[in-house]
Amino acid sequence: MRKWPLIAVPYLWLLLLFLVPFLIVIKISLSDAALSIPPYTPTLDLAAGWAGLRQFLSELDFENYAFLASDDLYWRAYLSSLQIATVSTVLTLMLGFPIAYGMACAPEEWRPTLMMLVILPFWTSLLIRVYAWMGILSTEGFLNNFLQWLGVIDAPLMILNTQNAVYIGIVYTYLPFMILPIYSALEKLDGSLIEAAEDLGCTRTKAFWLITVPLSRPGIIAGCFLVFIPALGEFVIPSLLGGSETLMIGKVLWEEFFNNRDWPVASAVAVVLLLILIIPIVLFQRNEQKQREAGK
Amino acid sequence: MAVPLFAPWNDPAQKPLIQFKNVTKRFGDFVAIDNQSLDIYTREFFALLGPSGCGKTTMMRMLAGFEQPSEGQILIGGQDMKGVPPNERPVNMMFQSYALFPHLSVYENIAFGLRRMGQPKDQIDARVEEMLRLTRLSKFARRKPHQISGGQRQRVALARSLARAPKLLLLDEPLGALDKKLREETQFELMDIQEKTGTTFVIVTHDQEEAMTVSSRIAVMDEGRIIQVATPSVIYEAPNSVYVADFIGDVTIIEGSVRSVGPVYDIDWAEGQPPLRAASPLALSVGQKCHIAIRPEKVEVHHSRPEDDNALQGRIIDVGYGGNLSTFNIRLANGKFLRAQSFNTERKTKQEFTWEDDVWVSWTDHCAVLLAE
Repeated sequence: MRKWPLIAVPYLWLLLLFLVPFLIVIKISLSDAALSIPPYTPTLDLAAGWAGLRQFLSELDFENYAFLASDDLYWRAYLSSLQIATVSTVLTLMLGFPIAYGMACAPEEWRPTLMMLVILPFWTSLLIRVYAWMGILSTEGFLNNFLQWLGVIDAPLMILNTQNAVYIGIVYTYLPFMILPIYSALEKLDGSLIEAAEDLGCTRTKAFWLITVPLSRPGIIAGCFLVFIPALGEFVIPSLLGGSETLMIGKVLWEEFFNNRDWPVASAVAVVLLLILIIPIVLFQRNEQKQREAGK
Repeated sequence: MAVPLFAPWNDPAQKPLIQFKNVTKRFGDFVAIDNQSLDIYTREFFALLGPSGCGKTTMMRMLAGFEQPSEGQILIGGQDMKGVPPNERPVNMMFQSYALFPHLSVYENIAFGLRRMGQPKDQIDARVEEMLRLTRLSKFARRKPHQISGGQRQRVALARSLARAPKLLLLDEPLGALDKKLREETQFELMDIQEKTGTTFVIVTHDQEEAMTVSSRIAVMDEGRIIQVATPSVIYEAPNSVYVADFIGDVTIIEGSVRSVGPVYDIDWAEGQPPLRAASPLALSVGQKCHIAIRPEKVEVHHSRPEDDNALQGRIIDVGYGGNLSTFNIRLANGKFLRAQSFNTERKTKQEFTWEDDVWVSWTDHCAVLLAE
C-alpha cells in the first residue's frame, strides 16, 4: 500500500497535463466559434446550477467534425501529412540503418564518440537548424552555388519551398531517433550468430538479411514510430521549408488557430489528428511490450 | 567379438582428413599458432586441449574458415582450404555460446542449413525429423530457443550443426555451459552420436577429463604450440613433458639428476635419501637433470616398510575423502610433498590411514615416468 503515492505520481501527471487539457480541447471542438473572449460559445455558467449545465450541454454538437468531413482541404491535408510522414520515415530508415550498422561495427572505443556525434545536433535549437537549411537550399544558397561551381547544373534548382525541402528537413531532424534504437538493437547482436549463419551455408549478404535484419526489427520498428509520429503533426519544418505548396495538417491547425481564430475547428482538427496517431502509438506500445516479454 | 582397434594414425596407408602443414597464425605481433603441423583422420574424435589462450580456438576457427592462416596450408580431404569461405567448406561448427537464432524455432534452426542447400521441402522435413529424433528433441520442435533448457539448447546446437551431414564437425567447448552431471551424460551421448553418424569430430576444450573421456586422440597445446598428440591413455601414462604430465590429471613431480643409466635409471633426488628407480626408454646421461612424475593412484601407502624399490618414509598431512577414493598428502623426510590415492573398495566407516600417521609409501619402477628437463 505504501507504493501507492509513488505509482500515483505518473498518473496524476498524465491526468493534469494530458487528460484534463485534452478534455478541454474536445469540449472546445464541440462548441461554436464566436466573437468573444474566449472566442467560442457556450461557456459553462456554474452559477446557474443544474439548469446552466443542461443548457451548456445542449449547445454542444458535432458540427465542426461534419465541417471537417465536408471540406476537402482537411482531408487532403491529413492524407498529404500521412504521405509525407510515411515517405520521410522510409527515407530516414534507409539512411539511418546503414549509419547505425556502421556504428555497431565500429571498434568499441569509437562508439561513444560516434553516438555523441549523432546526438550533437540537438545541442542547437531546432529552429536555428531549420533556418540554416533555408540558407543551404534556397536558389542562391550553398547547395546551388556549389553545384553550379561544379558545373553539374546551369540554372539553380528549386528545392526550397517544395515538398523535397520538407523531406530533407524531416529526415535531417529525426535521423537520430531512427539511428539510436536501431544501433542499440544491432549492438546487442551476438556476432557468433552471423558466423553460425555463414557456417551453415549463408553468404555474408544472405546472413545479413536472414539474421541481422530480423534481429534488429524491434529497433527498426521503434525507430520508424519515433520518426513517423512526430513527423505526422510536424509544423515548423513544413512552414519554413515547404512554402505554400506543402499541405500538412500541423500547418492547417496553426492557421485555424492563429489566422482564422476559429478555435472550435482547430480543436476538431487536433482531436482527429490525435485519433489518427493513436493507431501507430498503440502499435508502438505493443511492439515495446513484446520486446520486453521476449527479453525476459 | 573383438572390435578391431581404431588407430588410423598408426597406418601409413591411411590418408588424413585434415592436414595442418606448418601453419602459423599471427594477430598483429601476437603469434597465436607457431609453425604447427597436425594430421587428423576420418572418424576420429579429436580433442584440442589446453589452457585459455593456448591457440586451440584459433586452430578450430581456421578449420571453420573464420580465420586464415598467416603462413602454411590447411587441407581438408586433400583440398587446400586457402580462400574458401566458411559457407563453402564441408565443415560445420557447434559454437560455445550455441549461437542459436533466437527468432527461429528449434525446427527452423535445424532446417536453416538445409534450406541453404536448396533441398526440396519434404527432404528437409525428413532430415530435420531425423535430427530431432537423434537428439531427443521431437517434442520441442515448435519452441523458440529461449523457451527450452540449457541442455536442450545444447542438443539443438548439435542437431543444427549435424543436419548438413558435414565431413567434419567442430565443437567449441560444447559442454562448458552444462552442470557436471549433465555434462557427464552428454559426453557419452556425444560419443554415441559420433559413432552413429560416422562424422569426424574435432572438439576444443580446457577440461582434461572431458577430453580424456570422449576423444580418440588428444593434442595438448600451450602457447601456440602442440606439445603432444596421442591417445588419452598415452597422454596420461606416458606424457612427453612435465607440462603435459602436470596439465593432465593429478601428479607429483620430483626433480632430480641421473646417477646411473640403464633401462632402469637411478635418480638422485634428495640429500641423504636413497635414489629413486624409474624404468624409461629415454636416453639420458649421468648427471643430467630430470624429473620424475608419479600419479597418486600408483603410490601405495603402508604401515611398515615395503619390499619395493622406491620406498620412502613420510607423514600424512592431509586426507581428502572423496567417497570412491581417498587422497593423501604426505610429507616426505626432506619436506617435499607427495600425493597418494587409495580406492575405498571395501565399505568401512573408519579409515585405515589418518592425519599425522607415520607411513611408508612406495611405487614400482614402471609406474614412475622419467622426463628430461
